Amino acid sequence: MILSVKPLGDSAVTVQLGDAIHPRIHRRVRSFCHHLEKDVPPGVVEWVPAYGSVTVFYRPHVIRYDELVKKLTDLAADLDRVQLPPARLIVLPTVYGGEWGPDLPFVAEHNGLPPEEVIRLHSGRDYLVYMMGFVPGFPYLGGMSERIAAPRLERPRPRIPEGAVGIAGKQTGVYPLETPGGWRLIGRTPVRLYDPGREEPILLRMGDRLRFQPVSEAEFREIREQVRRGTYSVEIREYGGGEEA
Amino acid sequence: MRPALEVLQPGLLTTVQDLGRVGFQHTGMVAAGAMDAFSLQVANCLVGNRRGAAGLEMTMTGPELKALEDLVIALCGADLGATVDGVPLPMWKSVVLERGSILRFRGSRRGVRAYLAVAGGICGEDVMGSKSTYLRAGIGGMHGRPLRRGDILERGDGPVHLSRSGRRLSADRIPRWGKRAEVRVVLGPQEEAFTDEGIRTFLTGEYQVTPQSDRMGIRLQGPRIEHRETADILSDAVAMGAVQVPADGQPIVLMADRQTTGGYAKIANVISVDLPKVAQLPPGGTVSFRQIDLPSAQELVIRQESFLKRLEAAGRSG
Repeated sequence: MILSVKPLGDSAVTVQLGDAIHPRIHRRVRSFCHHLEKDVPPGVVEWVPAYGSVTVFYRPHVIRYDELVKKLTDLAADLDRVQLPPARLIVLPTVYGGEWGPDLPFVAEHNGLPPEEVIRLHSGRDYLVYMMGFVPGFPYLGGMSERIAAPRLERPRPRIPEGAVGIAGKQTGVYPLETPGGWRLIGRTPVRLYDPGREEPILLRMGDRLRFQPVSEAEFREIREQVRRGTYSVEIREYGGGEEA
Repeated sequence: MRPALEVLQPGLLTTVQDLGRVGFQHTGMVAAGAMDAFSLQVANCLVGNRRGAAGLEMTMTGPELKALEDLVIALCGADLGATVDGVPLPMWKSVVLERGSILRFRGSRRGVRAYLAVAGGICGEDVMGSKSTYLRAGIGGMHGRPLRRGDILERGDGPVHLSRSGRRLSADRIPRWGKRAEVRVVLGPQEEAFTDEGIRTFLTGEYQVTPQSDRMGIRLQGPRIEHRETADILSDAVAMGAVQVPADGQPIVLMADRQTTGGYAKIANVISVDLPKVAQLPPGGTVSFRQIDLPSAQELVIRQESFLKRLEAAGRSG
């Protein structure tokens, strides 16, 4: 069940459960975290799931490496049979094109599609949040149509606004913070993936599904105003789709 | 909360830091925290604070601070040439900073980052259980930014026990930093991404700290470390001290403001007790890496942990 267990320095250990970006491996990672959450070994501080691994941070003065590895190995037995709670589906209203998505024409032209078709393909499926990382609240998403793939900018923009929806190669993503970046920007969501003032500052979790819902510029402005006033509630429901992305 | 210090000059980069945001890395939240956690913890212990209380991290050229009341302070970490009203300030020792006196720094003499603890702890914006400033997201500490002229730093409530001054760290415990460091590492987790020659190069070469180094990572330049095929891995979590080697073969030691995950192979990880040595390396300084086994590395953390625990208890009992 475990491909390898390797120390990451003297206070962390990486448990490798798969070596590809795949919904089945993702499910194994989720199952492992589910087990860990129910029965946190003493000395474990936190853990960080990734595409095919879970890294566990611990205090060596409470639990030594060998003892922890034994516990983690036990947790990893039978991962494929774990019953997981249903995933959440989170809907992000998104305005495409225009000043909000300056690279939509490029992505369309690059793929020989009309811009409306890029929007249809991008918003027409639900994306799996494989992992979180990079900056607070950033989801690594899987499941984008390869028909709208586009290379990164050769010269990254010094500032990409919060909420920008972009494409880089075969990946799509949303920027939770204003940062520099080389993604092709096709739209903008008014929903904040990261809001330090919110009770749960980070909106998304590993294992969630994400849907981009096209909205008009007027709707975008209206929602953005509601977000500012704190009256907007993000649409979150139980994900009804299948296990495989 | 009580006004404690007024910032007359902010210095190059002075931020509020504690031991970082623990427990949120799975959301992508960067840990931040002190680059040299040992020095911050000692400073806190000497003034009778909890080890993890927030203090100031001061870089290269320190700030200029005026005491707004009588304070008990301790300065640890890099020697930045501190003076109080012109008189050199002893380091690794708690002292009284009298109301109206001015703490100044003449510039770095040894090391890069100094830590100032104030009895009662430095107050600041608490985000996800930590006051550490994370500059990129603009959170924690002083509104998520470095100190500016005119800022007023507050300290935690409670009377100042002037009797708590005069505690010092025993001389044999005081770290000595220079422009050269030998740093111990545990190999992996992706050592198999490198050729045997690549690993040998890493463990025998001398690497120079480039000016692009910051709180996110210490970027090094030296003999090129050879990968087997590619520098890319399936992105996974990183830890403080992880040594990433991108395709150009030049290692980067990830530090306090590291991203939570990364896509470059990690050849090794600096052991916890040697992280301060890396944090205190100046640009142009050099570092070499020596392998030690995991049990020995853990023995060293455990010993340091029990030492800090004793120091903390001694500070709080007085």
